[in-house]
Amino acid sequence: MAVPKIFGIETEYGIQGVEGGETNPVVGSSLLINAYTYELHNRVGWDFEDETPGNDARGFGQPGSLPPEIETHLVNTVLTNGGRYYVDHAHPEYSSPECASASEAVLYDRAGEMVLLRSIRAARKAFGEQGNLAVYKNNSDHKGNSYGCHENYLMDREVPFAKIAQLVTAHLVTRIVFTGAGKVGTEVGPGRSTSGTQVEYQISQRAEFFEEEQGLETTLKRPIVNTRDEPHADPRRYRRLHIICGDANMSEVATFLKLGTTGLILSMIEDGWLDKSGLVLKTPVVDFHELSRDLTLGKTLELDNGRKLSAIEIQWELYRIAEKYVHENGFESVGESVRGPELMERWCQALHDLEVDFNRCKTTIDWVAKLGLIQAYRDRHGLGWESARLVALDLQYHDVRPEKSLFGRLKLDKMVEESQVEHAVVEPPTTTRAYFRGKCLQKWADQIVTANWDSVVFDLGAEPLKRIPTMDPLRGTYLHVGKLIEECTTPAELLDKLSSKD
Amino acid sequence: MTERELKKKQAPSKTETVETQTEDTNQANEKAEALKAEMDDLLDEIDEVLEDNAEEFVRNYVQKGGQ
Repeated sequence: MAVPKIFGIETEYGIQGVEGGETNPVVGSSLLINAYTYELHNRVGWDFEDETPGNDARGFGQPGSLPPEIETHLVNTVLTNGGRYYVDHAHPEYSSPECASASEAVLYDRAGEMVLLRSIRAARKAFGEQGNLAVYKNNSDHKGNSYGCHENYLMDREVPFAKIAQLVTAHLVTRIVFTGAGKVGTEVGPGRSTSGTQVEYQISQRAEFFEEEQGLETTLKRPIVNTRDEPHADPRRYRRLHIICGDANMSEVATFLKLGTTGLILSMIEDGWLDKSGLVLKTPVVDFHELSRDLTLGKTLELDNGRKLSAIEIQWELYRIAEKYVHENGFESVGESVRGPELMERWCQALHDLEVDFNRCKTTIDWVAKLGLIQAYRDRHGLGWESARLVALDLQYHDVRPEKSLFGRLKLDKMVEESQVEHAVVEPPTTTRAYFRGKCLQKWADQIVTANWDSVVFDLGAEPLKRIPTMDPLRGTYLHVGKLIEECTTPAELLDKLSSKD
Repeated sequence: MTERELKKKQAPSKTETVETQTEDTNQANEKAEALKAEMDDLLDEIDEVLEDNAEEFVRNYVQKGGQ
């Protein structure tokens, strides 16, 4: 039986000093995070004790592969919504708290954008000119440097990793038809597609940066399926599938589709529904690159069994299996008791519209919305594809500041209210362990030394530090500990009651 | 919604009269014009908010690679 997926989404944002602002991205990122946490007065650091990003889910090291780079953890903080906000490499990164459904993860992803926006304003206030910073929710600087938007899904440890990797790849490659964020030009190779024509526009920001089918790396020789085995939960029961090949989406619908369809497909893999699908690509890396450059959406991809299907046809096959799957099993494993039917409807609609005329998706899919804007702008000003102004439009589509954001002006379909986003900036989800973490931080930040995904550490004064493990992502929910946290006035009382409860 | 239902919903039946089709075309034209006007307004606005010196803006935007 598929385990509840538990969704997480982490985004590295692009950062740029503007109007005399800090030009060093590491310093700039630190300014953002420090200014934000200073305003909140409840800064608690992140604990790295249980982090093992070098473990490989395949149980071995890939010959010739390098261990992941040691991360530059300069500034790290845990948010009261249960998420994590920190400097990673040379970017501000926001990791959402653990969410029980794709739609909840959409909300907490949007909360991340608001955290960044508030940080920009706080930095300006706290540091003056040096704090003039612009932040972009995209994946590339158009000069060959890429930064990621990763997804996390809780999975059953009993399902062999090799099976997951084999069966999820076709989806990860072909889903870009609705998850692609769009990009002007190319940054990898000679700037030409295999047919010899100039690459004017691509569906995906990220696809062309992927060079391997599987691997442990995330910054070099990036793999479509990342093999990092770091469950942040009981490793005997769970694994966390860490997907690194997706684009960061501005469109809420695209984020919903990305997480929802992938969650469903992983459930189907766990329950053996894709074993006989035959949906295994022969050359996924090449397909990923070429698909991103094929605005006709007609290119066929060859499967291991010799069949040739377009990306949309592969998606239709997955959709049809999913339709039967949810008919039999419901949406429980992806937590979508309410928005499950909407997920299927939006998936179906997107595939249908992409097939008929992709322009029909201009209010739901980022690459289509962006392309429409760029085409109109080119027409008005008579610009060639090499014009820097088109790249500027592309970058500014992703600007987090509403006064600058071009995405904001295109009025794409919404899935969440702004008031919900504001709530999600400070309040944790109620049905995962993020609730325990977030609520403890709200109430006892002064007595919490550190926290991470699977524990919260208290300092009660004279005694040694007390570590509360949260190894099960499904425990520590409002139902489980809500009343307890409310009743206790001190963390000592909470610890007492927790130990008598267990 | 199943795929078949979706197609049914979107594909008008062939028995519809020519009159309705003309009406539809007029409506579609009006809609297209309204959309064009909307896009024109948007492009005016974008000319105002687009970073002043696009070339410099694009040239300066250099990120260190991340994950």
